[in-house]
Amino acid sequence: MNILLALLIGAAFGATLDRIGATSPNWIIRMLSLRNLHLMKTILLAIGTGSILMFGGQMLGLVDVGHMSVKTAYVGVFLGGLMLGAGWAASGYCPGTGVCAAASGRKDALFFIAGGLLGAAAYMVTYPAWKASGLLDKIAGGKVTLGTVPGAEYEGLVGMSGDVLGIVLGAVFVLVAFLLPERLVGEGAAPVAAE
Amino acid sequence: MPLNWKTGGVLLGFVFFLAVLLVKPIGVSTQFVILDAIIGNTVNAELITQTDDGAYTSTNAYLAKSNGKYAKNAANPLNYSFVFVLAMMAGAFLSAMARGGVRAEERRLPAIWRANFGDTPMKRYLVAFLGGFIVLYGARLAGGCTSGHMMSGMMQTALSGYIFAAGAFAAAIPVAMIMYGREA
Repeated sequence: MNILLALLIGAAFGATLDRIGATSPNWIIRMLSLRNLHLMKTILLAIGTGSILMFGGQMLGLVDVGHMSVKTAYVGVFLGGLMLGAGWAASGYCPGTGVCAAASGRKDALFFIAGGLLGAAAYMVTYPAWKASGLLDKIAGGKVTLGTVPGAEYEGLVGMSGDVLGIVLGAVFVLVAFLLPERLVGEGAAPVAAE
Repeated sequence: MPLNWKTGGVLLGFVFFLAVLLVKPIGVSTQFVILDAIIGNTVNAELITQTDDGAYTSTNAYLAKSNGKYAKNAANPLNYSFVFVLAMMAGAFLSAMARGGVRAEERRLPAIWRANFGDTPMKRYLVAFLGGFIVLYGARLAGGCTSGHMMSGMMQTALSGYIFAAGAFAAAIPVAMIMYGREA
């Protein structure tokens, strides 16, 4: 059953990443260089939509709160984010879009995957040093959500009801997606070269 | 031309919602570790071991952490998260074919690279390789990537998702602006 769901949801995710342009380094770099925010709007709307559906579903009792999986906050999250960001901009790929791009026939994505496998292996080897450095120790409570989600095993940062806050923030993401201009850098129509 | 952002955004958000509704939030970067472990264990069968009580562990501290969770998944690759990534590739392949495929020129070298660095595929492949290295090293240090931390995390209002997104964009925007000065 689980494998069937992995096949269905995985395929839907891969196909969607391809259809929104996220498997193309051109669209990723247009977004990150702030010259065409089309993909940024897509992503913000997706986070907002997902958030509203999930927390709304939880409030109505249709979504199992136990399916949430919140990751730990620690200083390494920020450092790792910086590293990922730099490589994401240089290559135009992140882990998910990289494997999908390779599947769609992009040659450079194969090199991205090879580098990724080596990078992950390098982390496996150097993990004890990070662990010893204390940079993986949890901060601000570790596995926390911004509000306190009823029925969830996670603590909330603020006393506010987590599901209401989730819907409010979801709406903010949707709003920002609509308000964001087509481009922030450069002039004229945003670049959309044929591919 | 990709889907209109309103259609694409709702569609993508629905997929992330569906994953939480039916199973668990989407994540990808861990599977690079799992594939590494599978390869590593083929070369050196001592890497992943099973104790008498059936639990998995590894000589590598990272694979052994959290009660050997990664070691177990690498020893049993037909698990949800690994199959999920293989299915993503199949989905992206079918989608790309359905829209007529990625053009040969683009498959060889993305337009944005050509506009900035000319016809230099070897240089591009090297940058993609090095980029992949720091993306996955960073993702494992952070404990997740764009899917797990940024999308799934911020969607669940996870503090860690916001910290990750702040770091990722703080580096990505200047690097993209400096490296790719020309539009395409």
